[in-house]
Amino acid sequence: MENVIYFDNAATTKVRPEVFEQMNKYFSESYGNGSSIYKIARESRKAIEQSREKVAAAINADKNEVFFTAGGSESDNWALKGVAESYSSKGKHIITLSIEHHAVLHTCQFLETKGFEVTYLPVEEDGIVDINKLKAAIRDDTILISVMFANNEIGSVQPIEEIGKIARQKGIIFHTDAVQAVGHIPIDVKAMNIDLLSMSAHKFYGPKGIGALYIRKGIKITPLIHGGAQEKNRRAGTENVPAIVGMAAALELTVKDLNEESARLARLRDKLIDGILSSIPYSRLNGSREKRLPGNVNISFEFVEGESILLLLDMKGICASSGSACTSGSLDPSHVLLAIGLPHEKAHGSLRLSLGMFNTEQEVDFILKELPPIISRLREMSPLYEDFLKNSKSDVK
Amino acid sequence: MNYSEKVMDHFMNPRNVGEIEDASGVGTVGNAKCGDIMKVYLKIEDGIVIDAKFKTFGCGAAVATSSMATEMIKGKTIQDSLKITNKAVMEALDGLPPVKVHCSCLAEEALHAALWDYAKKNNIVIEGLKEPVDDISEHENIAQED
Repeated sequence: MENVIYFDNAATTKVRPEVFEQMNKYFSESYGNGSSIYKIARESRKAIEQSREKVAAAINADKNEVFFTAGGSESDNWALKGVAESYSSKGKHIITLSIEHHAVLHTCQFLETKGFEVTYLPVEEDGIVDINKLKAAIRDDTILISVMFANNEIGSVQPIEEIGKIARQKGIIFHTDAVQAVGHIPIDVKAMNIDLLSMSAHKFYGPKGIGALYIRKGIKITPLIHGGAQEKNRRAGTENVPAIVGMAAALELTVKDLNEESARLARLRDKLIDGILSSIPYSRLNGSREKRLPGNVNISFEFVEGESILLLLDMKGICASSGSACTSGSLDPSHVLLAIGLPHEKAHGSLRLSLGMFNTEQEVDFILKELPPIISRLREMSPLYEDFLKNSKSDVK
Repeated sequence: MNYSEKVMDHFMNPRNVGEIEDASGVGTVGNAKCGDIMKVYLKIEDGIVIDAKFKTFGCGAAVATSSMATEMIKGKTIQDSLKITNKAVMEALDGLPPVKVHCSCLAEEALHAALWDYAKKNNIVIEGLKEPVDDISEHENIAQED
């Protein structure tokens, strides 16, 4: 496809060509089942275990603590349901955030139907949890704290190290959904006292349908998928070898350049944020300015609706996303934008641009040129803008 | 989610965007909370809608249905105007994705609200026209079950 300007890297990313190349062999040559005994199967087994080492190294874990799954949603489901089941005799209380991904929120809601109690902590205006509120929510029967590393919509990065410290002191298991963070910001599960961590390969230029759950040694967890003895009896199913190889290759490459690349992205991000806010009136940045993923831009434009912005951007070949209800298939806009205090109409008018390694400064300049006329055009036909102009005129009188 | 070519055409090149200064009737429906607001202006002379304009805050389907509904009402008698149902607007646009059906209900409701305003200003009763509701969300559920 020509002329696609992809600014939706938080949704998914393009697979790096060198990753795709490494995967190929495991589709057509070393296609053996990792549990079998002959040569091509031994090659698969070797590739799986080497991949596990690479993934573990990226987050400073031991290789025996990394378990492959079918992606972020499975990892989140497994972490929450598995820990809840294993520790229910100790207590039935779970703490999480109101802005978590639905893979965590809906799993928590499911656990509520099974007799667990869940506290959904609010976040402050910048999308970050107040650590004192978290401390105050802890009870004697709290068995699990699940707090996302970084938010997928507004990019806010949570105080993971602090939360890890508190959880460890209190003897509470700490899970973090790090799907948006792995490969984008440095993670050290040991230094951060993380017990369980979810990741997904397609957020860091790896293939879709593959992820991992880091489970610290000593943490009890019942399986989510029962069956064969794969993944040390914890996750059944024939290993998706090409995807596992792709995930490890992508993560190794991404972590190698992480500091340099995140600095480059943060500069482009800031240029985009400053450029949009200065050229388009009645716009505001959602989420924290400083504690923010290097590639995340999320801005609300008053008087316009998000899906309309996306359709007009698409006409220019620009791929982006929105927290508007119209893009979620329901009548309610994003739960994250509502949680940071945005009124409905401003949440409907949000635009998320998420940058990645393939984006260039020229593309940022192109958006900065194309976006203002799109917002003006939609405002021209907005009855809300008309009312606003009339009211401000009468205020002057 | 895919929009028909007609929906995209009416979204990209909306007909009748704007206001009518001396409108005979003006109707506003929807609310910012649910993400759609339509405002329709009608100019009516000798019982015929001679002009229609709109302003809409909303998604692609909301803009397209506003555009189509105002196109359809132009030149019609008041009685014929009442026959422009949400289904008629949807059909004229070659259909809408299921989650967008409520936008076509909003368009029908906006036309009715403008006609109601006209009737009220002129102290007349338009047979078959009901008072518009402020929040059409209950209405939407019925329409989606169709």
